[in-house]
Amino acid sequence: MIGAIAALLAFQLAGEIGVRLLGVPVPGPVAGMLLLFAALALRRRVPDDLATTANGVLAHLSLLFVPAGVGIIAHGERLAGIWPALLLTLVASTVLAVAVTALTLAGLRRVLRGGPAS
Amino acid sequence: MTADLFELWVYLAERPLLWLTVTVAVYWGAHRLYQLSGELAVLNPVLVAVAVLVGVLLASDTAYATYFDGAQFVHFLLGPATVALAVPLYGQAHRLRRMALPLALALVAGSVTAVVSAVGIGWLLGLGPEVLRSLMPKSVTTPVAMGISEKLGGLPALTAVLVILTGITGAVLAIPLLRLLGFGREDAHAKGFALGVAAHGIGTARAFQHSEEAGAFAGLGMGLNALLTALVAPLVVWLLVL
Repeated sequence: MIGAIAALLAFQLAGEIGVRLLGVPVPGPVAGMLLLFAALALRRRVPDDLATTANGVLAHLSLLFVPAGVGIIAHGERLAGIWPALLLTLVASTVLAVAVTALTLAGLRRVLRGGPAS
Repeated sequence: MTADLFELWVYLAERPLLWLTVTVAVYWGAHRLYQLSGELAVLNPVLVAVAVLVGVLLASDTAYATYFDGAQFVHFLLGPATVALAVPLYGQAHRLRRMALPLALALVAGSVTAVVSAVGIGWLLGLGPEVLRSLMPKSVTTPVAMGISEKLGGLPALTAVLVILTGITGAVLAIPLLRLLGFGREDAHAKGFALGVAAHGIGTARAFQHSEEAGAFAGLGMGLNALLTALVAPLVVWLLVL
């Protein structure tokens, strides 16, 4: 497990260093994810240790967003007058984005395969 | 006795341990509640945990900065967890290659819809230009969204809040919505990808509760949309002369 944690941190660090050196507008962890994906593709398998640790972390990914979510407490005043319009916009736009993405993906798969998507 | 308790509170309230423990414990409770309710969408664990913690901070008159001194240890794990998304993604690599074209086009459609519909609906409802600019990158993972918002002339701090609210909205509504649209258990890839594109990491967390396959496609959608929105949002600002 400690080896897997070291690997995740090292790939994140490599990602952070890479995006800063290259000046690309990608967050370090996302670059780290791409680097780890490339490394796994080269190795052609996922070490058991890494699979266990990664699945453990991702099973409770929700927890990790809670501290940032509580940050809403610091913005109550700024949003006071526009809450209803803002929430309605967020809900409507998110519903549209989810529906359009899923329907486009499913529709194209059906068309390209000439049959129902599996 | 009361004085002792007060002193104890003062001591603990200034230490990271208290708010770290409270954060993990409240999330655990929210997660149990979600399971016991038969995974009722409105009892999304992020939504419930954030609501309870905001209530606790207000009731105890605790500043967010004090709270975050403790909670930052949980927050920090977002980085390594994002890197870890490569593992389930690699597990789906054989399907990614076959689905590359539909995925790319669905990504563009979803990304443009997220930006344009937010600006359009917000404008119709009378939101000001500064709020509209802050809204544009709402479907993108927080660090990228804040960078885009700043570049567009929005308020990065407001964008951070809108991103979280969008994520929670997507996590609550996406699965019931897609069920209504006829997506079944076998469409895990489409559900996951839509969650990742529209609702970034919080949507991805929801997708992992659905299945590992959905989670892998959500992580992919989240990563790709972060890259694409950085290109789409400035274009929309330029086209609309906002």
